[in-house]
Amino acid sequence: MSIPSTLITLLLGMGLVLVGLWVGQNVQLLPIDASSNAPVYDSLFQVLFSIGTILFLGIVGLVLFSLVRFRRRPGDLADGVAIEGNLPLEIVWTAIPAIVVLFVGIYSYDIYERMGGMVALNDHSAMHHSADVMQASAVPSAGISEGSDPASEPRVWAGIGSNGSNEGSMPVEVTAMQFAFIFHYPDGNITSGELHVPVNRPVELRMKANDVIHAFWVPQFRLKQDIIPGQPTVLAFTATRAGSYPIVCAELCGPYHGGMRSTVVVHEEEAFNQWFETNAPPKPAPATVASASINPTA
Amino acid sequence: MTVASPTDFEPQGLQPQGWLKYFSFSLDHKVIGLQYLITGFIFYFIGGALAGVIRMELTSPISDFVSRETYNEVLTLHGTVMIFLWIVPVVNGAFGNYLIPFYVGARDMAFPRLNAVAFWLIPPAGILLIASYFIAGGAAQSGWTAYPPLSLTTPAIGQVIWILSVLLLGGSSIFGGINFIATILKLRRPGLKLMQLPMYCWAMLGTSILVVLSTPVLAGTLILLSFDIIAHTGFFNPALGGNVVVYQHLFWFYSHPAVYIMVLPAFGLVSEILPVHARKPLFGYTTMVYSILAIVVLGLIVWAHHMFTSGTPPWMRLFFTIATSFIAVPTGIKFFNWLATLWGGKLALNSAMLFSCGFIVNFVFGGITGVALAQVPFDIHVHDTYFVVGHFHYIVYGGTVFVIFASVYHWYPKFTGRLLNEDLGRLHFLLTFIGFNLCFTPQHWLGLNGMPRRVAEYDPSFTTLNQVSSVGALLMAISTLPFLINVIWSAYSGQIAGDNPWNALTPEWLTASPPPVENWLGEAPLVTHPYDYGVPEGKIDLRVVSGADLWLGGKR
Repeated sequence: MSIPSTLITLLLGMGLVLVGLWVGQNVQLLPIDASSNAPVYDSLFQVLFSIGTILFLGIVGLVLFSLVRFRRRPGDLADGVAIEGNLPLEIVWTAIPAIVVLFVGIYSYDIYERMGGMVALNDHSAMHHSADVMQASAVPSAGISEGSDPASEPRVWAGIGSNGSNEGSMPVEVTAMQFAFIFHYPDGNITSGELHVPVNRPVELRMKANDVIHAFWVPQFRLKQDIIPGQPTVLAFTATRAGSYPIVCAELCGPYHGGMRSTVVVHEEEAFNQWFETNAPPKPAPATVASASINPTA
Repeated sequence: MTVASPTDFEPQGLQPQGWLKYFSFSLDHKVIGLQYLITGFIFYFIGGALAGVIRMELTSPISDFVSRETYNEVLTLHGTVMIFLWIVPVVNGAFGNYLIPFYVGARDMAFPRLNAVAFWLIPPAGILLIASYFIAGGAAQSGWTAYPPLSLTTPAIGQVIWILSVLLLGGSSIFGGINFIATILKLRRPGLKLMQLPMYCWAMLGTSILVVLSTPVLAGTLILLSFDIIAHTGFFNPALGGNVVVYQHLFWFYSHPAVYIMVLPAFGLVSEILPVHARKPLFGYTTMVYSILAIVVLGLIVWAHHMFTSGTPPWMRLFFTIATSFIAVPTGIKFFNWLATLWGGKLALNSAMLFSCGFIVNFVFGGITGVALAQVPFDIHVHDTYFVVGHFHYIVYGGTVFVIFASVYHWYPKFTGRLLNEDLGRLHFLLTFIGFNLCFTPQHWLGLNGMPRRVAEYDPSFTTLNQVSSVGALLMAISTLPFLINVIWSAYSGQIAGDNPWNALTPEWLTASPPPVENWLGEAPLVTHPYDYGVPEGKIDLRVVSGADLWLGGKR
């Protein structure tokens, strides 16, 4: 064999990186994306998938190569080479993962910010919510024209997606209970077991749980938020693709946890208006989308 | 215990002899170690049967095999049994008790009586837990995490028995941890330095520090939870002004380190097994030690990554993302060191080596998905889904359980004086490896595409992959048969092993197999270089006979 082993190693490494990049780009493991933050999520997934593939194939390759190349032949009683360590080598394989991990951490922080997760809706002091804190922190979402009394959400917990630019977003109140989600549209006084939203318009879910912890998950939106009793939580998203997607409860909530499912129907704008008007109770008729979007929400 | 000693034994004190000693309050660390091991395996089979019920239920998308309440009881028991009655007692209690006194050159653990108490807490706790299934109302139904308010609303008796059982097991674990710390730090043979200890001692030292620091937090939390259930206090009950997120913080402050309590000893065991069967020194001893300590420190400050979808403030999410990701660095060092240990060795492709390599492959996979899960945005989508189920089974089964099997193959000759059958062992490995990957790989896809965990019914489009996963589980169940046959058959008619069948250098091999009561007949050996295998570079091993080996030896 006349090819130097360093060259072979280099070529193998390059091949490995190419395979990893190809896999990350072309192997589709995720469901279709239907919200504005889903493509952002998917780009993070691609990066992680590529890095993971490179690492995994590399290490499995090394293990398999060692098992074949360095296997003990019958009758061979000798020991291997007494190498007890190699400091430069160890520095290399400490530094590279550290850099990769740091890069991934910062990148995912950036992704998280783009998804609107870092918005400090209410992050002054953590663990107590007394009455005065309720008053003081009521600013973001108080004054919403909802009739219900104490629900002028006192201390709102930041869900993902509420990235400040929620002007004109449509509020929907979500109540999770064993074993159903109830959706209430304060603008039209509609109560529904399914979530209907228009495409390309921000929706703000104001969620509360009645009994135990539930979690609101729409896989196609790449969104999940626990709904915790005693902690009103806001989750915002913008649907980008019309269709019906499952809403899944992701936190064990009792015997029928697996059956606690619903559907989010993403309509085109006109179809949504039609749905809204046919379902709104007749009395407050002018509660249309227009008024909803003027409504100064958070 | 008054038992007549068999006539062919010299009666030694009041301890029963022969097989009866395994049912006694024995103070011998080797007996206690095997007591832990056998008890652990019994609970492994119970937990495995429970897993079988889960996989059976999930072969169809509707809830049709057991009732929904039973299903939740089964998944709660499965998690609790596998963690608290199988993995933690076996990797800590069984191998720790058996090996640590040998490794430090002692004749027993520092506190033999406490050691026996620690073991004898386990059978009653386990029986209590399993028995709760048969009482009115049934066992706990709120998962092994027992999140309130769910755990406050499910049948109370089962939940309280669950708490009691976990408290007993936690107590056992703390007793064990204190004992290991004392033994490793204070019972070392004179002349043996800390940095000369076999790696498993370091792993157990780190693990025991985690046990002693974090288990009491779980105990306190569960006591508060039981107050909420029994006395209707409001610590975690939002209806009474309590806060459920506080429970999650306290719970995970123990239960994330618990992952390291389960894998660090496994890391230590692999570090013992690989050099022996690769005939090479353990690569990078010093960095291995420091990476264990780094994992211990980091392991204590990452718990909130289990709560990224709960109400946690953004800065907390950021901190725990970075901290969690950084655990990959010391863990990575360990894996690279093991690969370097294999490199250029003379690898015996026996069951112990195959299971160890299976561990490396599985754990790397689980580690990669773990780093991904540490990223908040990634986790938001897959938290509480089958992706997480797949991930942690790669860590605790593909990681730790594979190591337990490797360790049984490696130390069985020491336990019994006989070798296990290698053909059955390789068959066991093959079935386990294929079954395991078939069972848990598809679960990652299921989680990404919308299947939450802990459900008895699911979207019908996931049926095929769930059935594939169940077939994998069946293979895993079948794979234990060759193992059981092997272990029982070899105990009576396996090949006689001799004292040191692997030509190993660590002190447990420098005595008879099985070892005498106080480990060595004479003085304990002083082993300052436990991994002193191999031929120095540039020299040629005298045992090398063939010309080809001469060439290879000369070239290096």
